[in-house]
Amino acid sequence: MRKIVLIGNPNVGKSVIFTRLTGINVIVGNYPGKTVEYKRGHMKLGGETVEVFDAPGTYTLDPVSDAEEVAVSMLSSADTVINVVDATNLERNLYLTLQLLERKIPMIVALNMWDDTKHRGISIDLNKLRELLKVPIIPTVAVTGEGIKELVENIPRAILADAAVHSRDERWATIGSIIEQVQQVTHRHHTWRERLSDASVKPLTGGIIALVVLALAFLVIRFIGESLIGYVFEPLFNNLWAPVLARLSEFLGGSGFLHDVIVGKLIGGEVNFVQSFGLLSSGLYVPFAMVLPYVLSFYLVLGLMEDAGYLPRLAVLMDTIMHRLGLHGYAIIPTLLGLGCNVPAILATRILESKRERFIAATLISVAVPCAALQAMVFGLVGERGGQYVAIVYGTLFVAWIILGTILRHAVKGFTPELLIEIPPYRLPLWRAVLQKLWMRVYGFLVEAVPIILGGVLIINILYFFGVFDAIANFTAPVVTGLLGLPKEAVTALVIGFLRKDVAVGMLAPLGLTAKQLVVGSVVLAMFFPCIASFVVLLRELGVVKMLKAVGIMISAALIVGGLLNLIL
Amino acid sequence: MQIKTLKDLKSGEGGRIAQIDGGHGMVNRLAALGIRPGRRITKLSSGFMHGPVTIEVDRTQVAIGFGMAGKIIVELDEVPAQ
Repeated sequence: MRKIVLIGNPNVGKSVIFTRLTGINVIVGNYPGKTVEYKRGHMKLGGETVEVFDAPGTYTLDPVSDAEEVAVSMLSSADTVINVVDATNLERNLYLTLQLLERKIPMIVALNMWDDTKHRGISIDLNKLRELLKVPIIPTVAVTGEGIKELVENIPRAILADAAVHSRDERWATIGSIIEQVQQVTHRHHTWRERLSDASVKPLTGGIIALVVLALAFLVIRFIGESLIGYVFEPLFNNLWAPVLARLSEFLGGSGFLHDVIVGKLIGGEVNFVQSFGLLSSGLYVPFAMVLPYVLSFYLVLGLMEDAGYLPRLAVLMDTIMHRLGLHGYAIIPTLLGLGCNVPAILATRILESKRERFIAATLISVAVPCAALQAMVFGLVGERGGQYVAIVYGTLFVAWIILGTILRHAVKGFTPELLIEIPPYRLPLWRAVLQKLWMRVYGFLVEAVPIILGGVLIINILYFFGVFDAIANFTAPVVTGLLGLPKEAVTALVIGFLRKDVAVGMLAPLGLTAKQLVVGSVVLAMFFPCIASFVVLLRELGVVKMLKAVGIMISAALIVGGLLNLIL
Repeated sequence: MQIKTLKDLKSGEGGRIAQIDGGHGMVNRLAALGIRPGRRITKLSSGFMHGPVTIEVDRTQVAIGFGMAGKIIVELDEVPAQ
């Protein structure tokens, strides 16, 4: 099959053109050995089906980063290249264009954001540019679809340019002379989007805008997630699936190993989707009814923020603060998300660049960022004893976050790279592109997480059956009573914390604990181990070795903080 | 003619890049974003506590880490006498 590769600088609308060309049926590939993702789809071209690749955004073809390496190696297998160029930024974009011409691959240029040139007072002499570059150049406005038809019609006319290989300085000199001949810029006033753009990176106004945007994002994520749970998934499970499970439970005799593995333990004579912990009860309910709604709503909001161009601004604002925790400005997004659910939060650490940052961010989230389910239980149980105790729980977690981040920043080898990012202008997101991206991400979550969650449930059931958890409870009892000052029965709750944090906090309720013991118990539960879903995602995202390191940090941090709280309070 | 590093520029000040005192990798990364000697840039803002500096170059905004901004030497625009 013939291969067409879309290549261009970041933020030139390449992905939108890709969406226009290929439609919804797209596969995200991970390049072997690289963390760089690329998209692959198909399109019809004169009765023939051809493959279309969306290469990672790149400024040059000198392979200095993973993304650029991937882009370069994709070129070597391309039959035709579509170079997407930002018409409002011709000069910088032409560097890549010249390098592509030197590669001698049949090429056509999509001069995107053509409509923006008028608003920005830029006039480009298209015919002159065509004459100078000697390849077809099609002006496009990907967001509205303008020029896409012409682009497709011109793909077969892609021309193999005959350019000699040049040095970097020679290329810039050539670009200088091209720009002089084809482009004229007239002065024009700032638009409101540009004013908003300036305001959103300045420390003071930017800080206020950031607070509003983040609060709004968080509210929307919670609202969509909770609505999906309350109006779609809970009714589905309770009204349709529960009766089926009840029949199955009856058929399997209501108890026994096989029954408990498949349906789960009956709680008060009924299947409880959260606590029963069978493959067909909790094994399906946890990923679909508890996690998926948040995954959906998070990725929708994230996709909108990405495509509107807000994320680079937030990264700039938060960079100073996050650098003190060994993190990049971008890390604020997964961190805030962890307050909803750690699973999408840990998944979202993918937006960070280095493995070091991803490790620090994922560890910090697992240790010090309590998920919504846990928070709800803390409010319910600890809040009963007085708001000040809830404040102690949150305050302790926040201080632990700062201190642990500072320690990790010094302890984990490597350095946090200095920020150097383009801040693209704000743009209105194209719904089709946002939904395509959302679908790919949700599909990815389902394919990756569901089988592992089911496997985890199965393994835990087997371990439970053989009394491994009881053994752990007895083994750890001295630490729990001696160090944390909790009664021995609390150990079971801590062990159940491996499975579900909210259930575990609930198990502290009937123990008749003092307010202090409740605070210690809640903090330790929040910090000391992720729930099964987060654990699985940690394993997937970090790999075995780093996951074990993260878990080691969690357990030590939880014991130290719990012990200190026990002493101080 | 006044010469300053980018980090010492005030917001709103502009000039031409005279020199970039960095390694090959840094020079290339900056050049890819259109930041290279001879280009005209305007500083837009600086972050607080050594946060990133934002500039405009060729109608594009770029955020540059404070350390890197200290290695970019700028020849300030001549201000006409009042």
